[in-house]
Amino acid sequence: MSRRPVEAPRATALAAFAGLLLRDLRVVTNERGRFLLRTLSQPLLLVFVFTYVFPKIGQGFRAPAGDESFTTVLVPGVIAIAVLIKGIQAVALPLVQEFGYTSEIEDRVMAPLPVWAVAVEKIVAGAVQGLIAALLVFPIAAVVPAEPAALQISWPALVVVGLLAPFAASALGLALGTMVEPNQVPLMFSVVILPITFLGATYYPWARLDAIPWLQAVTLLNPLVYMAEGYRMALTPQIGHMPGVAIYAALVAFPVGMGVLGVRGFRRRVLS
Amino acid sequence: MTGSAAAVDRRATAIEHRIATEGLTKVYPGGLRAVDGLDLRVRGGEIFGLLGPNGAGKTTTIGMLTTRVVPTGGVALVDGIDVSADPVAVKRRIGVVPQTNTLDRSLSVRENLLFHCRYFGMSGSQARARADELLGRFRLAERGDAKVETLSGGMAQRLMVARALAHAPAVLFLDEPTTGLDPQSRLALWELLGELHAEGQTILLTTHAMDEADRLCERVAIMDAGRILALGSPSELKRSLEAETIVTMQADGDLEVLAAALGDVPGVTSTDVHDGAVRAFAGRVAGLLPRLVLRAERAGTTVTDVSVTEPTLETVFIALTGKDLRE
Repeated sequence: MSRRPVEAPRATALAAFAGLLLRDLRVVTNERGRFLLRTLSQPLLLVFVFTYVFPKIGQGFRAPAGDESFTTVLVPGVIAIAVLIKGIQAVALPLVQEFGYTSEIEDRVMAPLPVWAVAVEKIVAGAVQGLIAALLVFPIAAVVPAEPAALQISWPALVVVGLLAPFAASALGLALGTMVEPNQVPLMFSVVILPITFLGATYYPWARLDAIPWLQAVTLLNPLVYMAEGYRMALTPQIGHMPGVAIYAALVAFPVGMGVLGVRGFRRRVLS
Repeated sequence: MTGSAAAVDRRATAIEHRIATEGLTKVYPGGLRAVDGLDLRVRGGEIFGLLGPNGAGKTTTIGMLTTRVVPTGGVALVDGIDVSADPVAVKRRIGVVPQTNTLDRSLSVRENLLFHCRYFGMSGSQARARADELLGRFRLAERGDAKVETLSGGMAQRLMVARALAHAPAVLFLDEPTTGLDPQSRLALWELLGELHAEGQTILLTTHAMDEADRLCERVAIMDAGRILALGSPSELKRSLEAETIVTMQADGDLEVLAAALGDVPGVTSTDVHDGAVRAFAGRVAGLLPRLVLRAERAGTTVTDVSVTEPTLETVFIALTGKDLRE
């Protein structure tokens, strides 16, 4: 073996970042079956029960506005949930393991880039997976329901929300992943994930909560509200949604805030 | 160390020394002084061992040299680069085999090497060629597509070493590399490190196994409580005991009295009581053993067992600290 076979002039932080990203995407393709199952099961069940079973058995929800079907209300919410859950699956859960029992993270942080950049790479890799999740779930939401969704797609809004929402989810995943110990994962689901998904304006437009003002105010802290309202604005604007400015501002502020928190937590966990 | 004179001095040191530390200190929050004013120089091509019991500060030292632990005092240069000032440049120049298995469990054996090469800036084809070369050299070619969980302890360790070497680092760090390995894998790893050393690879390893340090390392720093107690080649360290023979005597009777009595025997340089036996450190003197036994009988004790050994790094450690490495 030659001593210096590849004097690595390209061993730049950027190359290392790209290498880590490639690695995370390779894991997705290596585990594509599991990736699909994890991504699709919850949205499929949600859509199936609420928009197929309920109408079929004559039990159901009505859309708040006029003659829109509940499907139309639910589709943006289901996509938002899928993206959020992907942020947890793709970033938080692997990190909890890598910090906890496998100590694999020790290897990742030896790559020649700053530690904060390793954390940012996790956010980017998670966001890419969130985007893939959104694209996978969209057809389900369109095909499964007994009554179709009435989509009025606004492409500019869809592109912007479609790109921002996955970052919000994976930044949340990073922050949680650096905070939670392996034995606290079940607790994380009960205390953080479930409230977020149930109270994330996924089954109803946020504006309709004006009937319960305190809940309407409290759920403004929930990132999923802005994701769901964002997809609503992009896919089914006729249902009504939060002002676009508020959605965009939150979808920028949230990933930045959670990202800072997550990067700090990450540094704290790997450096001593 | 500040100022340009110091910087020049540092540069000069770096040319000779792949690793240079001055007053390197780590005090953890809470006050634990894990490493306390460490001065260390490791030359290029050298295989250097940090020997000491658990808690001596070996892993913290490696942590600081590999940018994972932030020093609270002093300077550490790796390949001439300050670990605190430019950790990324340091990471580019080092390969690390940590104490625990940190292989990427989501990837195959081959992919572990492949992606490591990508992290270090190789193109896809360079990385593939390098991964294949390493699989061959480290006798892992047949297991290339295996999941890393299916590897035996020895194989996993080989893969970790292969991965650490993939980007041809200036310094290879191994933290307790043989802990938990079966004897056969341990020997194989020693052989491998010997080969790497012969090729000119600079290696710093930590161990609490004397025989490992003795057999592998050109120079050894004996550490305890965050400080270096002695530093030199294994033979220098053993010579420092000024004894070529250690006679360990078990006897019924007062061992302190026996120790004092044996100290009078010509040729004996020192004695002590250790682990329920008296040890006499002596030069190579003809007829020493019968004289020692005779002296013991005359001191009113009954000798029950005698063993003669040569000094080991363990006896050096005990002589320095009064305690066992395993304590």
